Amino acid sequence: MKKSACCLGVESTADDFGVGIATFQGEILANASSGYIPEEGGIHPREAARHHAEVADKVLSEALSKAEVKPRDLALIAFSQGPGLGPCLRTGATVARALASYLDVPLVGVNHSVAHIEIGKLETGAVDPVTLYVSGGNTLVSAFDAGRYRVFGETLDIALGNCLDVFAREAGLKHRKGMPLGAALEQLAANGEKLISLPYVVKGMDISLSGLLTAATNLLHKGECKLEDLCYSLQEHAFSMVTEVTERALAHTEKNEVLLTGGVAANSRLQSMLSSIAEEHDAKFNVVPRQFATDNGAMIAWTGVLAYTHSVVTPIEESFVKLRWRLEKVEVPWIK
Amino acid sequence: MDKVASQKLLKKGAEASLFLASWHGRRVIVKARFPKKYRPAELDAKIRGYRTAHEPQLMHEAKKAGVPTPTIFLVDMKNAAITMEFVEGKQVKQLLAKVSKKERQELCVKIGELIGKMHKRGVIHGDLTTSNMILSGEDKIFLVDFGLGEKNTELEARGVDLHLMKRALQSTHYQFAEECFRNVMMGYSAVLGGADAGKVFEKIREIERRGRYVAERKQA
Repeated sequence: MKKSACCLGVESTADDFGVGIATFQGEILANASSGYIPEEGGIHPREAARHHAEVADKVLSEALSKAEVKPRDLALIAFSQGPGLGPCLRTGATVARALASYLDVPLVGVNHSVAHIEIGKLETGAVDPVTLYVSGGNTLVSAFDAGRYRVFGETLDIALGNCLDVFAREAGLKHRKGMPLGAALEQLAANGEKLISLPYVVKGMDISLSGLLTAATNLLHKGECKLEDLCYSLQEHAFSMVTEVTERALAHTEKNEVLLTGGVAANSRLQSMLSSIAEEHDAKFNVVPRQFATDNGAMIAWTGVLAYTHSVVTPIEESFVKLRWRLEKVEVPWIK
Repeated sequence: MDKVASQKLLKKGAEASLFLASWHGRRVIVKARFPKKYRPAELDAKIRGYRTAHEPQLMHEAKKAGVPTPTIFLVDMKNAAITMEFVEGKQVKQLLAKVSKKERQELCVKIGELIGKMHKRGVIHGDLTTSNMILSGEDKIFLVDFGLGEKNTELEARGVDLHLMKRALQSTHYQFAEECFRNVMMGYSAVLGGADAGKVFEKIREIERRGRYVAERKQA
């Protein structure tokens, strides 16, 4: 039925194992995933990798049947090559290599951060935005210039999602299916009324979140503040910081679009803050749809298409995972 | 009597808006930090007040250290606005790509010397980018925008300050970022002395390793 060529993308940088299928025209046919939920604490890389290996075939078949595509119809396999957790990346890479060699189709290694930006652009129609990419592992402000996504600002220590998740766990919140820690925190924050003063650290276009997390956690354990107020104050401080640096990048680059992407993009308070600065600079505000905000295979599949159609392929013998593959190291030949 | 007249918007920045105005017959810049709707009013007032009060102090300190900064005329805490000297010149950001290699190297060494002088006196700029440096008619480099600065002599603060300079060069002047930063470090060492500067450079490497997804970062 579907005559168009398809790319299958495998995502496995952290706690989600995802398989997405995209056509070469940019239609997302499937976006299946399974998340590893730890009993307690954060992501244990080896345990997460074990989860990925266990669910791989199930997620794969789910994506193929959803897309109504047979394995033989796939023209390309893409996988998340980095940055991320070693054992998790290797599991996804193994699945992708096996598929590519078995089906005898090309393989493309995709940078996870580039993929978050590209899926945001595909889904919102943004062309050349200043992007705020916020997730459990990344917090950066980027914009395209001369062949690459340049990093204008980033966190000097921990990522925004990490900051919120650690605090949420300290507060005894639990990660449940369909209700990530960040969402649970957001709900509590919505009922906060009093702004508690916390560290606010902006250095140039960079920010630092570790002091904020420590201060909020200390106040939490003292037990003198309402949890709702603390969640509210933590969010207001952290989000104001990322919004301020995004606005700086926007004023600096003079672009006229803003894109919010990554897992924390699902937070409506953060969306409203970014939309406010976009409006102030006459820029169009775009936010990635919720199903493509967290890590997903569709973004890998689509970025694989972009790369492959611009002559990027990754021979299997060079398909090592790159744990610390920075966004600005990646050449992006499909723009201009 | 302190009336600032005929304001014209020069640049709407992220943090503040700059107006060209006239004050007692001189051309001045009015830097106004308008409220930001996105953050809670209390936090907004705190941030704007703090930066408006500190920026002039730091500019004054930097001047004492021999770093050209615009002269401050008025500080209006109520409106979070600072009236200062208008410096006629070109942004280093615009210049770097246009000048010859030799001129570029000289500019960067000079920038390094200025940062060195400032750090020696305990002034951290907090936002060292080439947009915040103006080459004036008399060939002096003025540093502006001290809103994110602080008084601090710690190695960590100095390291972060220079790290930001490096990052700004990488994102805006990627074609010759390395060469530029090398020259900045050269000028910096000349002022601070090799031993002290060496400690700061070691700190920069440590700060970089702390960051995310950098090749230098060792796996535990």
